[in-house]
Amino acid sequence: MGKVLVVTSGKGGVGKTTSTAALGAALARGGENVVVIDFDVGLRNLDLVMGAERRVVFDLINVVQGDAKLAQALIRDKRIDTLSLLPASQTRDKDALTTEGVDKVIAELKEKFDWVICDSPAGIERGALLAMRNADLAVVVTNPEVSSVRDSDRIIGMLDSKTLKAEKGEKLDKYLLVTRYDPGRAARNEMLKVEDVLEILSIPLLGIIPESEEVLKASNIGSPVTLNNPDSAPSRAYFDAARRLKGEIVDVVVPLERKGLIGRLFGRRVA
Amino acid sequence: MNLFEFFRKKTSAPVARDRLQVLLAHERSVIGKSDLLATLQEEILAVIAKHITVDRDAVQIKLDRGASFSTLEIDVEVPLNAGKLIPRPAGETGVRASA
Repeated sequence: MGKVLVVTSGKGGVGKTTSTAALGAALARGGENVVVIDFDVGLRNLDLVMGAERRVVFDLINVVQGDAKLAQALIRDKRIDTLSLLPASQTRDKDALTTEGVDKVIAELKEKFDWVICDSPAGIERGALLAMRNADLAVVVTNPEVSSVRDSDRIIGMLDSKTLKAEKGEKLDKYLLVTRYDPGRAARNEMLKVEDVLEILSIPLLGIIPESEEVLKASNIGSPVTLNNPDSAPSRAYFDAARRLKGEIVDVVVPLERKGLIGRLFGRRVA
Repeated sequence: MNLFEFFRKKTSAPVARDRLQVLLAHERSVIGKSDLLATLQEEILAVIAKHITVDRDAVQIKLDRGASFSTLEIDVEVPLNAGKLIPRPAGETGVRASA
């Protein structure tokens, strides 16, 4: 029986979709059977970040409404055959998703996969609630910035009250993933430190993803960063986070870009 | 700006942390409370309405959170000519209950 993981944040643009793709690919590369689901009906993007936008035929809503079988809608990744995508609908209304339909699809996916990763839409509305509803564990993606931390606090409150686990009085494991972190600026007190964010939100840390140009490069190409450049700093951070999700104990470090001699002499980072 | 201020660089992250801590302490209590209170208000009102005709505004609910215990105060104003009012000693016009 697979685990259901929701990647959520409240605020938009903090890296939910990037992290869903990167963590999904990292887990799949480690031999796990993974499906990533896009819950952002009307504004789907996981297909684009994964490079599967031209292969979408059926979507989550078709499956929920019984117009397509699950096997018809699942898109298997061309690079890793243990990674699959269930896209959202781009044309339908988000009200087309029913609670019962989503529960049924997730139950079916749990039978087939080790990990069912739900990419939540931004906000605290219906779509976000449906994405978190069946979760066994949650990854809260947060930027070291005031509005993102505030929204994460709100979403943590919803994870504790609006999920099936919470309703049954069970514990939902929640983990913090800090993205777009710049250790230099944090050291100069120009950016909230990870410790500050952890103290405020008080949930365990899953990982720290450093700000990096590799993330944009990967999405330009349509590849999870962990596949496009597995040795880059953000990829190593995502691989560590994926190992922690599997229960391994891995020390949390902020990976740095490995630079050659020329890069070290002439490389300048624009902050 | 004197020389001392020039060298003592002002940093913004500690300000961000302090602002968040104050704001979230407030928001957590307000959001937690309002949900519970709204539910309590609706359900208590429904129970009372089964027996007495009361004005929605005549039911006041207050929740005070203390360090060791919290108080729930329910204040119901019962009108003299309440239609289905159960017989009670003359002269009593209000019911006050604290839990």
